[in-house]
Amino acid sequence: MTLLQVNDLKVKFRTGDGIVNAVNGVSFSVNEGETLAIVGESGSGKSQTAFAAMGLLARNGAAEGEALYKGKNLLTMRPSELNKIRSREIAMIFQDPMTSLNPYMRISDQMAEVLTLHEGMSKKEAVAEAARMLDAVRIPDAKARVTMYPHEFSGGMRQRIMIAMALLCRPKLLIADEPTTALDVTVQAQIMDLFGDIRRDFGTGVILITHDLGVVAGFCDRTLVMYGGQVMEQATTSDLFERPTHPYTKGLLKAVPRFDREEEVLQTIAGEPPDMSRLPAGCPFSPRCSIVKERCWTDRPVLQKEIGHCRACHADLQEVA
Amino acid sequence: MFAFIIRRLAVAIPTILVLVVLSYILMFAAPGGPFNAERPLPPNVLENIEARYGLDQPYWKQIYDYLVNIVFHFDFGPSFKYRDRTVSDIITQGFPVTLTYGFWSFVVAVIVGVSLGIAAAVKHNSILDYFAVGVSIGAQSLPNFVMAPVLVLVFTLWLGWLPGGGWNGGEWQFVVMPVIALSTSYMASIARITRSSMLEVLNAGFIRTARAKGLPMKRIIFRHALKPAILPVLSYLGPAFVMMITGSVIVDSYFSTGGIGQFFVNAAFNRDYSVMMGITILMGVLTIVFNLVVDLLYAWIDPKIRY
Repeated sequence: MTLLQVNDLKVKFRTGDGIVNAVNGVSFSVNEGETLAIVGESGSGKSQTAFAAMGLLARNGAAEGEALYKGKNLLTMRPSELNKIRSREIAMIFQDPMTSLNPYMRISDQMAEVLTLHEGMSKKEAVAEAARMLDAVRIPDAKARVTMYPHEFSGGMRQRIMIAMALLCRPKLLIADEPTTALDVTVQAQIMDLFGDIRRDFGTGVILITHDLGVVAGFCDRTLVMYGGQVMEQATTSDLFERPTHPYTKGLLKAVPRFDREEEVLQTIAGEPPDMSRLPAGCPFSPRCSIVKERCWTDRPVLQKEIGHCRACHADLQEVA
Repeated sequence: MFAFIIRRLAVAIPTILVLVVLSYILMFAAPGGPFNAERPLPPNVLENIEARYGLDQPYWKQIYDYLVNIVFHFDFGPSFKYRDRTVSDIITQGFPVTLTYGFWSFVVAVIVGVSLGIAAAVKHNSILDYFAVGVSIGAQSLPNFVMAPVLVLVFTLWLGWLPGGGWNGGEWQFVVMPVIALSTSYMASIARITRSSMLEVLNAGFIRTARAKGLPMKRIIFRHALKPAILPVLSYLGPAFVMMITGSVIVDSYFSTGGIGQFFVNAAFNRDYSVMMGITILMGVLTIVFNLVVDLLYAWIDPKIRY
């Protein structure tokens, strides 16, 4: 069953330098219990897509299109209605655990307020449940540490706390916005293990936003590749890694450093990420594409289904391969 | 924390000592003395009077005697200007006045300023925000020596609601206008500090987390944003509170309230050394105490600060 269906989502920001089009017509869906990866470089619009769906855009941002959760459009909902879905049905985890917990409040208060608000629990029950959840994300000595303040925990621990907090109401969907980017590599691996356990134990659907292809390969059912605020390619993860059908995906996969081969130079994609306030009229990737054609400059490719893949490219499959 | 308070109070003693010595040096450096009038006294009379108040002694001896009197007798000496009145008389008479209208000015300035600042930040770039910013810029740029006569004009001469001056033991009718005149510019500063710090806090990551948790806006502002947003305001409030309860010469002279604000400025003009010193020490002690109070409040709000 489809949990979240995003249709033609657009996000615009009014800035001093004019309108910035961060997301330009993104569509995708997530099924119950499924794990979807959204990958792309910084500024590709992957985080803003998630923020828009959760109603968390900055003040100067506006979203158009549809983000249907169980058939209801999150983008046009009244705030009070959206608040009932936030955390209870869809929970979110952010990139930087050092700043996403309130430094002036005890962990117990920050966690308990979710349960008292959404589940109508008493404060005491809520704190006990918070401690149980901290235990579930493997915080040692959770019962005693639940009343501590965020600064008394390390970065990895804080991200565990964020995850525990997100899971309190057993949400159907968990959106994780680069949850491991700010952590060091060994801690990254532990956090990803934890996500695996959560998916298994709670049956939660996950949207994993990341630029780390290594994380995606081992973890996600499907992968969505974004560039310049648009979806470039979408496929099952194994398919995407084996047979990328978009020049950008290919470039991205080539740019992953490999230690099993004797290569001295790291492969990169030539050129720079696009300026989102002055996107090219055609394909956003056209200035950096190695097989760019005449019509790529003027004609924006739409996402089309081809051999199990969805791709937005004018080039034929053979040309890319 | 108890040890911290003791330590801070112990440090206060040398601080006050330095304050006394520096003030004395500045006073001696200023030309003229308490008994230099426009019509000069005959030299032998002047000599007698100066000997009576100990002004013929060397500077160090004057400072030394002054300190000894304070420490061992809690005696701040006689006023040089007002015969038959001691500095303690003047302070015990004038300080309750400024303390009263200063305290209420503080309460008004904090309540109005903080509310205005929060409202402006939450409704950033709205009519309400522009209104709040406009009001606080207006209030800050309107000097109280303009404010005071305008208040008297409106409330006393036109409307006839409030007495134009006097104190009358601090009856509320006499307190209202001093409070308005004194609190306005402080209110404006508090509103502006609150607004900018609240705006910054509302952009913080943990506010986004709170929104993602589905908390209503009211709870986010009061439970999550208020504490961090109030910290910069707090460090302004310590010194501001001392400034307010020690009064203002403008308020005291326009409304004839008889507070120490006016005594302080008159003492400076008249070279009334002992009154000047007495009020300086009072302000110094209050400043030290309320800075300590602010530090303790900081620790109470911010769990990362522990003494």
